[in-house]
This record gives sequence, C-alpha cells and structure tokens, in this order.
Amino acid sequence: MSHLVVIPILIPLLAAALSIVSWRSVSLQRWIAIIATGALLLVSIALLQLTREHGFVVMHMGDWAAPFGITIVTDLLSAIMVVLTGIIGFSIAIYSLATTPEGHERFGYYPLMHRLLAGVAGSFLTGDIFNLYVWFEVMLLSSFALLTLGGERAQMEGAIKYVALNLFSSALLLSAIGLVYATTGTLNMADLGQKLAQVEHHGMVNTLAMMFIVAFGIKAAAFPLFFWLPASYHTPLVGISALFAGLLTKVGVYCLYRFFTLIFTGDVDYTHTILLWGAGVTMLSGGLGAAAQSEFRRILSFHIVSQIGYMILGLALYTPLAIVGGVFYIMHHIIVKTNLFLVSGLVYRLLGSYDLKELGGVYRHRPGVALLFLIPALSLAGVPPLSGFFAKFIIIRAGIEVSAWTITGIALLVGLLTLYSMIKIWVEVFWKTVPENVNTDRLTGAKPDKGLWLLLLPIVGLAACTLFIGLSGQPIYELADAAAEQLLNPALYIEAVLGTQP
Amino acid sequence: MPEKRSSLVQVNTVILHTAALLLLPLQILFSVFLLLRGHDEPGGGFIAGLVATGAVALYLFAHGVESTRRILRFEPQEFLGLGLLFGLASALIGPLVGEPFFTAQWYTLYLGGNTEVKLSTVLLFDVGVYFTVLGALLMVVISLTEAED
Repeated sequence: MSHLVVIPILIPLLAAALSIVSWRSVSLQRWIAIIATGALLLVSIALLQLTREHGFVVMHMGDWAAPFGITIVTDLLSAIMVVLTGIIGFSIAIYSLATTPEGHERFGYYPLMHRLLAGVAGSFLTGDIFNLYVWFEVMLLSSFALLTLGGERAQMEGAIKYVALNLFSSALLLSAIGLVYATTGTLNMADLGQKLAQVEHHGMVNTLAMMFIVAFGIKAAAFPLFFWLPASYHTPLVGISALFAGLLTKVGVYCLYRFFTLIFTGDVDYTHTILLWGAGVTMLSGGLGAAAQSEFRRILSFHIVSQIGYMILGLALYTPLAIVGGVFYIMHHIIVKTNLFLVSGLVYRLLGSYDLKELGGVYRHRPGVALLFLIPALSLAGVPPLSGFFAKFIIIRAGIEVSAWTITGIALLVGLLTLYSMIKIWVEVFWKTVPENVNTDRLTGAKPDKGLWLLLLPIVGLAACTLFIGLSGQPIYELADAAAEQLLNPALYIEAVLGTQP
Repeated sequence: MPEKRSSLVQVNTVILHTAALLLLPLQILFSVFLLLRGHDEPGGGFIAGLVATGAVALYLFAHGVESTRRILRFEPQEFLGLGLLFGLASALIGPLVGEPFFTAQWYTLYLGGNTEVKLSTVLLFDVGVYFTVLGALLMVVISLTEAED
C-alpha cells in the first residue's frame, strides 16, 4: 500500500505528459485536466486516510534505503497539504474551463498547470532536502511560464520582480543545502534531524538555519522580502492567480514547519524568536499594505502576506496549541484565499474590471454572488462561526498562554485590518450603485452567459468547505492536533524513515 | 528556390543543401549509437538528444521551417511529451513487479551465438531523456526561426 505515497506526484506528471502529447487538441487537454485533478483529489484523500491509520507512509525510491536514496514520506501534515493541493487543483481545473482564453490554452496552459501541481505535491511529499529543491524548481519554472502567459506589459513588470526574487531565494536555498551537506554529509531530512544535533559548532548550525529562514521566507512572502507577491499576483489570468494564492506561498510555509520542527530544533530560543518577530512584522505590513490598495486582487494579495504571518506565528510560538493553530490556519487559509480570488474573477466576468472604482451594484442584482463573497471574506477576517475564527482563536489563545502580549496584540489588530479591507471591498463592489459608464449587461443577465456555472461550481464548493471547517470544526481540529503532535515528536518521523536504527 | 528562406541563413549554397541531406541520417544514427552506449561509457540520453537536435537544426538551416516540419511529421511538443511518458514508464515498471518506484529492472535477451542484449528500465529512462531533449530544443529552435521570418 505504500505505493500510494508516490501517486499524488505521478498523476500530475502523467497528466502533464499526456497534455503535451495532445498538444493539438485543446478539448482533450481539458478532459485530461478535469480527470487528472479529480483523481489527484481522490488519491490524496485515500493517502490521508492511510496516513491516519499508520502515522507515516514511507517509500524509498529505487529501493535505495534512507539515508542514501531519495525518500518519499508523508506524515499527517504532508498528507493534509496534499489533500488541499487536490482540492485547489480540482477547483482551478473546473474554473479554468470557462475562464481561460483559447490562446492561453493553445500555448500550454494545462501542461503547465499539471507541472505546477506536481511540483507542489512533490515538495510536500519528499523527505530529502535536495529533492525538495528540485521540486521547488519544477514548481517555480511552471509558475514563471504561467505568470507570463499572454505576455501583457503589466505581466512582464510583475514577472521581473517575481522571477528575480525567487531566483535569489533558490540560489540561497541551494547554497544552504550545499553547506548542510558539507557540515553533516547527509541530505535526508530525518537523518539531518539526528546529525545536526551532534554538530559541535552551534554558530554554523544557526547560520544555516538563518539561510533557510530567509530562503523559505522569500518563497512564503514573509517580511522583509514579500513585495514580489503583491507586485505580480494581480497580473495573470484569475485562475492562475487563485492557484498561486492558494498553494505557492504555502509551500514556503510548509517547509518552514518541516525544517523548524524536525531539523533545526537545537536552539529554539534563537531561531524561533527570529521567526516570531518576522511573523509579527509580516502580519502588520500585509495588513497595512492592503489598507492602501483599491484593486480587488491587490488587496487580496496583501492579505496573503498578512495571513502568512499568522501561520509563521503558530510555528514561532512553538507550543503544542500554537502548532495546532498553525496547521489549522493553513488548512483554512488555502481554501478561503483561493475562493476569494475566484470570486474576484467572477466579479470581473460580470463587470469587466478589478478596480474597485469601476465596480458596484452586485448585491442589488446578484445577491447570491454577494453571499458567496461574504462567506470567505468574513472567514478570512475571523468572524465566528466561520473557519477563520477558530484558526485565529487557537493561535491567539496560544499567544496568550505564553504571555506573548505584543505579538498577540498585533495579531488582533491585523484581524481588524483584515475586516476593514473586506468591508471596503464589500461596500465598493457590492453595496454602492454601479458607476454610470460601466456596462452592466452581464450583471443584470441581459446578456446570457453560458459558462457561468463553471465559475460558480468551485466557488460554491470551496465555500461549503469553509462552512464545514467552521461549523463542525471538531474532526478538523482533531486532525490538526494529531499532525501537531507528530511535528513536536520528530523522533517518530526519524524512526519511520530510518527504520529501527538508533 | 523551393521555398522562402529564413533570414537566419544568409548563405544558401548547394554544398550546405546537399551536406545537410547527407549528414542528417548519419548524425541520427550516431545519436542512437551514443544513446545505446551511454550506460557504461560516455554517451547517454542527454548527449544523444543534443546530437539528434544538431542534425535536425542543420537541416532546418539549409531547408527552412516548413520542410523540416514535414520530415519530422510530429510537433516538437509531441516529442517532448513522448519523452516524459517514457521517463514515467521507467518509474512504473518497478511497482509492477512489486518493488518501489524507479527500482531498476534488467532483462537480458540472448540472440543466437554469443550475442546478448541487455534491456533495462535505465535504458527506457535514457530514451525518455533523448526525446525530451530533442523535443524541447527543437521547440526553441523552430520557434526562434519562425520568429525571425
């Protein structure tokens, strides 16, 4: 049964290859996209189930036992992340059917999407830090291409910042991996968890930890190098924005969780204090940045940054409750944030703009769409009883328990800022009357729109997930709790990968 | 002049024209030789793919894009996808015989006399690399040539 652990990587890879082979037939590529992402979702759920039963699922590629070969391994956190990848991938595939212009489809939209998903799933599942780097590159190269697909001026401008900073981060990551190998002679994460503790030179270990913090911090869009994200995420097609918003930065966050619970746990006072202040400033800068924006997707982009702060905060507090909160937050955030981007695309389809000044009147003509915005928006801001409330509640409570008053204060303040931004969007897009020069044919339904249900389907589905997490939070909380327990006992992970060795 | 020349090629001589026709099969053969030799000796899928691309690129410079597309029969992207499929297939044979993914499998074929051929998933992977490199590079070269026109 342990073969199952590789399938979530193989499915998107196979789908990418098949899509390229059927380069000439766009309709075939569309079918492959739906079937492959659907299969990915099903397999990932089965994998989560298997991981819950066994704790860990491990496979050594090519039968080369760890620590020499590449290990593919899931613990509960990885399995949860892969399920989220499946959910987002499937939603985006459906959404893309109606929102991707034919030109984009002809130039490899679907193969790139599959590659991106393969890179993301690979990053979540690998147990080897060099292999992690490779999956990062698979993911980033696809994202570069997706970001510039279409080749408009604004896209190029955003892409330059995106590519420059991400390449810098990759170079830093690669150097750090090289230094880790020089210091310990191993690349296997579980093996590193043991060996770094034995390194005499603590200064070296802390330096390496800092390099990883910066490298993953850039990928996660944490302060101070977050500005590539709001500069680029509002430029591509909305389906691509939503895919990036849901998954890419969270890979950085996942890696921080993996590295700073498994590998760099020797000097928690030092590393996690830096993470703590990084998290605080990230929250603030994201929240304040959003307040100054008046473009739908840019506001949402800045709020990715602020929310990343909460997730890192959960890791930085490093108490059992805080880690539970962090894992819960990641689950909630991926679904909600993707959904908000999908709603922004829906509004764009109805009114033809992302600029708040050019929008309005959606509540009057389409109250259902307004409701679909309200669910994720209020959830993001942390209004009970939606998923975001519990996520924030757990983290803030964890902060209070360790008397981290300043950071808890910042977290609460940023919650208010988020609410402010969501209300701003609500007032401008949904309440205010439509500006006179805007064409409202599609909004009022005067001009029929055949593909609209394809946009609504994933939005409704993701909103249902949000409601489910909020209204029956107990099973999700238990899952996060079990994942956190594994993260705080790295010995279990090490034993699962390396076998019975000491 | 059979068709419009790309501006990449300023000089169009009979020598180049004829040489490209003669060299194409030789270079393809040589690339296959490199591919098969590559497991224990210098060679392998990547280098062989480069050599094959070189052969087609030379033909492209001498005879133009349309003629090249005609002899290729498939889009470069299709070669690329085919290569990826070969690579995946080499990973999938391991689990079919109950071993982890990517575990190398070896089969020896005895042809009469003292001749034996070793077939392996490693070779399959190399073939995948060959087609991927060929497809990716041809995509670049052909796109650039078309952009020039």
